[in-house]
Amino acid sequence: MNILGKRYYFFGLSLLFILIGLAIILFRGIPLSIDFTGGSLLEVRFADQSPETGQIYEVYDGLGVEDVQVQTSETGSYIIRSRFLENADRDAVLAALGETIGAVDVVRFDSVGPSIGEQVTSRGTLAVVVSSLLVVLFIAWSFRGVTHAFRYGICAILAMVHDVAIIFSATAIGSMLWGWEIDSLFLTALLTVIGFSMQDTIVVFDRIRENSSIHRRLDFETLVNHSIVQTLQRSINTQLMTVEFLLLALAMFGGVTLREFAGILLIGLLSGTYSSIFIAAPILVLWENREWRTWFRKPAAA
Amino acid sequence: MIRNIIHRIILILVIVGLALWVDLSDEIKFTNPRDGSILFQLNTTARLGLDLQGGLQVLLEADLPETTRITADEMETARSIVENRTNALGVSDNKIQVAGDRRIVGEFPGVEDSDAILDIIQQTGLLEFVDTGDFRPEEGSILQTDYGVDSSTGASPATNGESEQPVYHTIMTGKDLRSVAVSPDALGTNYAIDFTLTAEGAKIFGDHTAANIGKILTITLDKRVISAPSINSAIPDGAGQITGSFTSESANALAVQLKYGSLPIPLKVVETRIIGPTLGADSLQRSLVAGMIGFAIVLLFMGIYYRLPGITANISILMYAVILFAVFKLIGVTMTLPGIAGIMLSTGSALDANILVFERFKEELRAGRTMRQAFGQAWSRAWPSIRDSNIAAVITALILLWFGSAFGATIVKGFSITLLIGVGISLFSSLFITHSLLALALDVFKPKNLERWFGI
Repeated sequence: MNILGKRYYFFGLSLLFILIGLAIILFRGIPLSIDFTGGSLLEVRFADQSPETGQIYEVYDGLGVEDVQVQTSETGSYIIRSRFLENADRDAVLAALGETIGAVDVVRFDSVGPSIGEQVTSRGTLAVVVSSLLVVLFIAWSFRGVTHAFRYGICAILAMVHDVAIIFSATAIGSMLWGWEIDSLFLTALLTVIGFSMQDTIVVFDRIRENSSIHRRLDFETLVNHSIVQTLQRSINTQLMTVEFLLLALAMFGGVTLREFAGILLIGLLSGTYSSIFIAAPILVLWENREWRTWFRKPAAA
Repeated sequence: MIRNIIHRIILILVIVGLALWVDLSDEIKFTNPRDGSILFQLNTTARLGLDLQGGLQVLLEADLPETTRITADEMETARSIVENRTNALGVSDNKIQVAGDRRIVGEFPGVEDSDAILDIIQQTGLLEFVDTGDFRPEEGSILQTDYGVDSSTGASPATNGESEQPVYHTIMTGKDLRSVAVSPDALGTNYAIDFTLTAEGAKIFGDHTAANIGKILTITLDKRVISAPSINSAIPDGAGQITGSFTSESANALAVQLKYGSLPIPLKVVETRIIGPTLGADSLQRSLVAGMIGFAIVLLFMGIYYRLPGITANISILMYAVILFAVFKLIGVTMTLPGIAGIMLSTGSALDANILVFERFKEELRAGRTMRQAFGQAWSRAWPSIRDSNIAAVITALILLWFGSAFGATIVKGFSITLLIGVGISLFSSLFITHSLLALALDVFKPKNLERWFGI
């Protein structure tokens, strides 16, 4: 099986998916939740009424609450986002809703102060950067016996950046289709994917490390391809059969709160396996062959 | 295949037996057989997070400028005060924790009406002793003080233009109070509140009263004037009395507020989350069902694909689950939805280690090695990748744990804790339990037909 031979097709496929997400983000903005921007989310259900969203807007307008955005959920509840509400503000809103529309039941209420939101964003980014940096340093150290050990670390970062980009892209697509948002659970999913993407990349690299000391004569490309094929069964079994089964079940049957989380994890972990085989290892070969020298040259006549 | 196999199996059985016992009991209690006294007691009922049973979560932040340094002691005192106050409301099972340098996170399971709790928390009960010079403010009026605004040493009263209210200097706050008691005054008609101060407070109070005899010392609670006595003499011993028109009832109420309410720092609510009970219950049930379905598929797949090793791995994974829940119960991990996701992922990681080993095992068998050689090679060859990949997972989990703790982001914290513990136990399960069980199975069955036993 020659996987490496088609490496540019795989690069193209990933690029396409990432570009779609990027385009959505450019046009619609990053779908940040109140966890990062600060604000309130009030999810309510009306006992025996299903009012138009306009009525809810009116209630909020009457109280002078700005930045209101009302959504209906598939379970028949209303998700209302607005600026940060103090406890008293919330009581006023609920009282007004109860008065003008009918008996109201709070399903969920989240209110995040603006200062908290800012800090979560900056520290969250820091957490992602620090943990990925530590993992890369660890890989470089762990592969210190191999020639060009730091290349393995860099390729692992590139695969990781690829996975992060895929997750953002998938979330952007999800935000357009199902109203997905980047919240603190998203951050958890992101960090998990980074961790497990590394795990996958390490398994493939470990095989290259082992094979390079056994088959010293083999040229690098054949060696890497051989290593990928050898670990392929494990990659498929672990990822598709076990982790993905668990997550798929969670995404399909799990509670509403977890669905988006499971969905992002599902795509992220899939991407993690994909990138270790089709991105990380091929870039290693690309680097060894210094292929960029021929990228902008016209293909030689056959 | 391995030496001391019997010892290993006995050890595994003992561990799993103990874990099962913990899993099935709600309380662990050792009593002294002679006199029946309790030697050790631990409540091990499974704890559910707010997202699974509904409830209220609030994040409180010190309402002071960023530059003001807040000590860990002050945060801890504030935390225990919030705990005392909310416990007094009769809410059970609440959990108040310090998160980071200047935040406190409070969780109140099952609470639907957040008003009572938020009100009592936000009643900061900030007691201030304010130097108002010759001015005697009216009882009940609001006084502007410089506490928490800026570290000004400014003279009092400092007036900024005519329309602005004067800002007075705070000499000390309620954090310097040591004890508070109510006593009837000399006439027996009114009541007064006796207080004693800490050594530091006594010094400040002594110095101030000595230097300002004849001036007014106003006492405010949350900027509202309680009493404005004039300083008759220096009070060097750190004991004093707040007099005013108090009845026995109002004096006691104030004393309680001073005792439990003298927060060392003012707090404000920066984040509130309320999860309705139906949403929580719905999530729990559905997630459990989803977990069961996923788990069943995985067990089936492992058995069919890997045959004998797959079945031993299944037993080992079940044992992993039994041990994992016992550890959670012992150290009191609260189960949350992200926590469940963390468990699933560490289960995936445990399966991965098994799969890595089995793939290697099959490879070695195909290459014509003997059963014993292949068995030994499988574990030693798979070890570096299992080790490295798990270390990578632990690094991420630790960073997450730090992030979650500093922000009171309990969901992130819950996820990382379960992941961390899960990874640890998954290593034990794949490297020790599966290894021993498979060795035993190979000894017992002595398989010859590779296709039937290993699916090769």
